[in-house]
Amino acid sequence: MIDERTARRLARRHAAERRFKLYGMASVAVALAFLVALLVTIVGKGYTAFAQTEIAVEVSFDAGPVKEGDFAGLVKSALAARFPEVTARNDKRELFGLISSGADRVLRDMVQDDPGLVGQKRVVTLLASDDVDMVVKGHVTAQSGRLTAPQAEWLASLRQTGAVSLGFNTTFFTAGDSREPELAGVGGAVVGSLFAMVVTLCLAFPLGVSTAVYLEEFAPKNRWTELIEVNINNLAAVPSIVFGLLGLALFLNFLNMPRSAPLVGGLVLTLMSLPVIIIASRAALKAVPPSIREAARGLGASRLQVVTHHVLPLAMPGILTGTIIATAHAIGETAPLLMIGMVAFIVDIPAGFLDPATVLPVQVYLWADSPERAFVERTSAAIMILLAFLAVMNLLAIVLRKKFERRW
Amino acid sequence: MNVASKPAMGQATLEDRRSAKVSARDVDVFYGAKQALKSVSIDIRPNEVTALIGPSGCGKSTFLRCLNRMNDLIETCRVAGSIWLDGEDIYTSGLDPVLLRARVGMVFQKPNPFPKTIYDNVAYGPRIHGLARSRAELDEIVMTSLEKAGLIDEVKDRLQEQGTGLSGGQQQRLCIARAIAVSPEVILMDEPCSALDPIATAKVEELIDELRQRFTIVIVTHSMQQAARVSQRTGFFHLGELVECGETEQIFTNPRHKLTQGYITGRFG
Repeated sequence: MIDERTARRLARRHAAERRFKLYGMASVAVALAFLVALLVTIVGKGYTAFAQTEIAVEVSFDAGPVKEGDFAGLVKSALAARFPEVTARNDKRELFGLISSGADRVLRDMVQDDPGLVGQKRVVTLLASDDVDMVVKGHVTAQSGRLTAPQAEWLASLRQTGAVSLGFNTTFFTAGDSREPELAGVGGAVVGSLFAMVVTLCLAFPLGVSTAVYLEEFAPKNRWTELIEVNINNLAAVPSIVFGLLGLALFLNFLNMPRSAPLVGGLVLTLMSLPVIIIASRAALKAVPPSIREAARGLGASRLQVVTHHVLPLAMPGILTGTIIATAHAIGETAPLLMIGMVAFIVDIPAGFLDPATVLPVQVYLWADSPERAFVERTSAAIMILLAFLAVMNLLAIVLRKKFERRW
Repeated sequence: MNVASKPAMGQATLEDRRSAKVSARDVDVFYGAKQALKSVSIDIRPNEVTALIGPSGCGKSTFLRCLNRMNDLIETCRVAGSIWLDGEDIYTSGLDPVLLRARVGMVFQKPNPFPKTIYDNVAYGPRIHGLARSRAELDEIVMTSLEKAGLIDEVKDRLQEQGTGLSGGQQQRLCIARAIAVSPEVILMDEPCSALDPIATAKVEELIDELRQRFTIVIVTHSMQQAARVSQRTGFFHLGELVECGETEQIFTNPRHKLTQGYITGRFG
């Protein structure tokens, strides 16, 4: 039988356990709440960026302007035809401000695709300017926004005739950066990020894994290897901007590599993620049971065979997870890339590792800094794409781990 | 009791040395500053099972691991003295440890099959040593090794299953099959039954007796009964010294040394 003291003690122990579980659940709940708040804010602000206001007008493809390449002129005459009452010069300029300054490209592409269009009339949906876009999406009212009173009137008249519509914003995915929000896209940044990531992965993975294998399986344990180990651990904690400065001094100033290039960005990110990959890989190698090494050695496998046949395959899930987490971290890194000029305003989508480029987080940083109201939603949308990028990478890490996982 | 004054066993006859498969002379082993083996000399005869017994920490496993240079893997470990395999000094003759370990196989305390298929476990040794020229030859080696290890009936229909999915006793016999697949001359067994239940132990012991026909076996064991059951010769270690070595029957019925007597009668250990 249990006496009273034992019973009381037992009750206290159970209570402590319940309390501990409660704390744990509470902290998970708080963390989840923060995550949900973050996602709700970003998605709530950003989802409208995936739609874009378009205005349908009837354009007559007159031979004259087409020949001269004056497609902007076609847009202007189409608008003037739609609103014949506007005659004054200043009013006209305001009227043309409803349509994006990049709208003429659509017409040019149409004529290029189908030269038979010349001399005909077609209803074409043209990109609206960002100010119109904001009003249509309801982010600002027609009065409080940057639209002038006549502009608001014209817009209202256009909306009455059903000429204004919201379409899927392909520009946002395909275009590079632009001063005009409606023409700006993350395409350039995504490609830049991909290039930088390829460089980082191709350099950091083999270097990091071979370093870890050497230190863990081959290197003698002496003062030198100890020193190297301590240094690697310390490097993992160095602020990323310092790596940016190192890259600036080493790659740009000393080796004269091109500025703003994804190659240099990738090199800097490699420097940054190497220590993390080495530490993760060493931990994964350490976790392989020594009995496996002994078994292979006992059969007469050489050291390298023990590593390549047994230890590395068993450590691979851990190594891959570490590498992908480190690369994902590098993808989200901004500070070191600012140092090597990847913060420049770059309109073109990079075609190679040496072309000037920017990356997603830097694009977010640039847009967050822009005054136009339309860049607010685009910033959030870019963050969403960055997060999706990272989610895919983490998913990949999980899939790879599951695939290579072996139990013993 | 002064152990250093060894009785007659130390002076092995010339006959003994000539017929020995493995002979060790004055082997000292140090782990850093700590001496784990003190001047161990022993002759291990071919096609016999030699059991090494003694209390925990007496150095019997350390000695066993010297015989195929597994101690090389421990960085602080230093071996002095000489060990001959067929008259060749395994430490100084320039014999590659990789080749040595193909000639002197090892089975460990805990079954440690690779996390691969049963087939690949057995085929691994022949593969790295290039023992099979064709797929058929490799199949042949794998099947005969499994047969010799007495495992063939239990696994012949599931060679492509994971070796780690077998029971403990089967795993240990798989490890034995893996060791004999490279056709070693000597098999070292480091307490091969300590992680097994009595039935699996009985099977492994039976197997050891059969393997004696083809291989020279050195087995470290904690169980004196096991030593008595499976071995022809027994060596008793105490505090890093080989106290006594002789015919198993003689050691267990008429030990020359007081320490041996104390150990086998259970007065310490």
